Amino acid sequence: MDGLFDISLFASALRTVTPILLAALGGAICARVGLFNVGLEGMMLVGAFTAIVGNYLTGNIIVAVLFAMMCTLLYSLLFGYMSIHLKANVIIVGISLNFLALGLTTFSLRAIFDVKGAFYDKSMKGLPKWEIPVIKDIPYLGDILSGHSALVYLSILIVLGLQYFLFKTVTGFRLLAAGENPTAARSLGIKVSRIQYGAVLLCGVLCGLAGAQLSLGNVTMFTEGMTAGRGFIALVATMLGQSNPLGVAGASLLFGFMESLSIRLQGFALPTHFTMMVPYVVTIIAMFFFKDKSYMQEARKANESSR
Amino acid sequence: MLLQMDNITKTYGNVTANSDVSFDLRRGEIHAIIGENGAGKTTLMRILYGMETPTSGGIRLDGKPVSFHSPTDAIKHGIGMVHQHFMLFSSFTVAENIVIGREPSTPLGFDRKAAAEVTNELAKRYGMPVNPWAKVGECSLGVQQRVEILKVLYQGAEIIILDEPTGVLTPLEVKELLVAIKSLAAQGKSFIIISHKLQEIIEVADRITVLRDGKLTGTVQASETDEEQLSKLMVGRDLVTLTREKKQSGKPVLEVHSLTVRGDRAKPLLSDVSLQVNEGEIVGIAGISGNGQSELLQAISGLLKPDTGSVKLLGQNVTGAPVGDIRRGGLAHIPEDRYQWGVSKEADVLENGLMGHTERHQRFGLLRGSSIREMVSEWVERFGIKTGSLNTKAQYLSGGNLQKLIVARELAQGTPFLIAAEPTRGVDVGAMEIIHKELLQRRSDKGAILLVSSELTEVMKLSDRILVMFEGRIVGELMAETATEERISLLMAGGKNVG
Repeated sequence: MDGLFDISLFASALRTVTPILLAALGGAICARVGLFNVGLEGMMLVGAFTAIVGNYLTGNIIVAVLFAMMCTLLYSLLFGYMSIHLKANVIIVGISLNFLALGLTTFSLRAIFDVKGAFYDKSMKGLPKWEIPVIKDIPYLGDILSGHSALVYLSILIVLGLQYFLFKTVTGFRLLAAGENPTAARSLGIKVSRIQYGAVLLCGVLCGLAGAQLSLGNVTMFTEGMTAGRGFIALVATMLGQSNPLGVAGASLLFGFMESLSIRLQGFALPTHFTMMVPYVVTIIAMFFFKDKSYMQEARKANESSR
Repeated sequence: MLLQMDNITKTYGNVTANSDVSFDLRRGEIHAIIGENGAGKTTLMRILYGMETPTSGGIRLDGKPVSFHSPTDAIKHGIGMVHQHFMLFSSFTVAENIVIGREPSTPLGFDRKAAAEVTNELAKRYGMPVNPWAKVGECSLGVQQRVEILKVLYQGAEIIILDEPTGVLTPLEVKELLVAIKSLAAQGKSFIIISHKLQEIIEVADRITVLRDGKLTGTVQASETDEEQLSKLMVGRDLVTLTREKKQSGKPVLEVHSLTVRGDRAKPLLSDVSLQVNEGEIVGIAGISGNGQSELLQAISGLLKPDTGSVKLLGQNVTGAPVGDIRRGGLAHIPEDRYQWGVSKEADVLENGLMGHTERHQRFGLLRGSSIREMVSEWVERFGIKTGSLNTKAQYLSGGNLQKLIVARELAQGTPFLIAAEPTRGVDVGAMEIIHKELLQRRSDKGAILLVSSELTEVMKLSDRILVMFEGRIVGELMAETATEERISLLMAGGKNVG
């Protein structure tokens, strides 16, 4: 088992964590305003695809990431319009957006690149790796923490930023209020719909980044349905982390690590299909830990009582 | 005159909610508005608070005409409203709930410390003590009410509208609230109070305006009126005084023996409760809500499994039996929380009425529409349930009308045993009279009733025996003839049973 847990495992965990973490943070923001976003998977997929498109068309990695953010922003606007404006059931909207994203990206893959299954072009450059001065020279730790894409580091900043935003700023406070008791918030003149739209759009941007990390971070390619359930794992991370940025980060780390571990286990003569179950089994086990503890349920209970 | 509402008329389609109603308020005055459910009190206040615009008529503040298009407008003009269903964020602290919408901030963000200071200052100035750092969800309803009032004061309200402010409070909390209102009025704040509770209104108000069917039926000085005159103005006729027939002794219907529910707290929710209800008897349970009454009722009706003890219904042991079996065994249940247990908000009046009656209104497994319609129509008429039609969704009925529907449905079960929990919560005097009459009728018909109510007067009026619950125990049993409000209140607050 010596070969199982080594430095490169932890380093790869940090890479695989990032897309899950970014999407989960988006999910957390949506959950905080009372919209349970099942569409993370689809948004992430749109992000992954459009990042490749942007990269292929412009050859500029920054433009590619911005393009992905833009496209998922528009895609999340659809989610917002249907669930906030038309008041459709959020779960159904989320599910339909997931299928739509799968169909749309597969179709566009053929329409734009004229390929089936996957698109790869040697001329495309992936996200550059950042070597962090000082840290990279620390033994062990340097190998784990240094040499990742900018998005990996950005995601850490986003966690801290969101934590501060939600619990220290006035706007964050109102966002929490809008989610906990929209009727009361409206009676105070807080613009609940506007806040919800803001949250959904932010979620879109984060999912765009998540997708970009997925298709440009490790490998520079797009394959059909390449999110492979990561959006749903992100959803679980959202719940397990109680929609708390730091909690979500912890939960995402767990799932990211499990994913890396499952890849690593394939090198140990275990059947691929078996090892691929590992993250999902952990997801199911994780479910046991938040039976009734979700703050959402408590808030719902409080608001539904006849008082 | 601080506020004048002139000739307000409000119509929804062909329903007239307010018809030519005029109302005024002086500075420092407490002006109550009373009327039955659907008399138009709430509509009038929604108009004043900017939630509705009147079809005709206008509002003047200090003599100047104003018009409000949203609550924010009203708040800007110094009008604040405390809703019947509190508009609070239960996971937030008291201070956060008070300052929300106008949060003190520093360049770094929301200044929670300043919010707490502001809260302490307000609490001190207006004599309403609160702990700014406490979570609102963990505060008692009395404290939550206080938070609502402080919030309105923080927003700079000069006119405060209280919609059914005492509905959920304990007798002691009601007293505290009335004192607080009077002291605020003495400091120049003006109050409009919507209420059903005539006694409290007469005690606290300066003037009382009565509405009936959307029309003004009179404005009287509180010092020159009594409950009888007000009831007459509200209902349009004299109320019948209830007569209770002498109790006939009967066989035991419900026997509860040392019931204990532990719950997940250190203290058991229900400990060693024994009681008996006989034929032709109403047993009342008094107590501050949250002292085990809910658990007791749930354990009896099968919604909650007791840890130890037994429940016998008509001699049959039904401890922990499925709810359906217990109901078929002879139990009907008017639940305390009408939205959670009593109705489905999405279903219509007919469907809600049908609940529990399906077996009698079916043939070969198919529901018989006409006989169901007949049954529910009869209730609507007898109890005066105000509903658009039988196909109106339950959520569009006012709380009082919904309550009447539930009471009618459960009484119609015709079971030997009835649990009546808060049977008249939120209903007007006319309907209360009907419900009380029906309950007493059931008693005369040898029915057994377990009554739980936070209204002491109701418990005392209807019960043959009164049990007082405190912290999950029955701490006293009194005969109705000898019970006094003082003694019950003392027991409810955990005092020893003296004498």
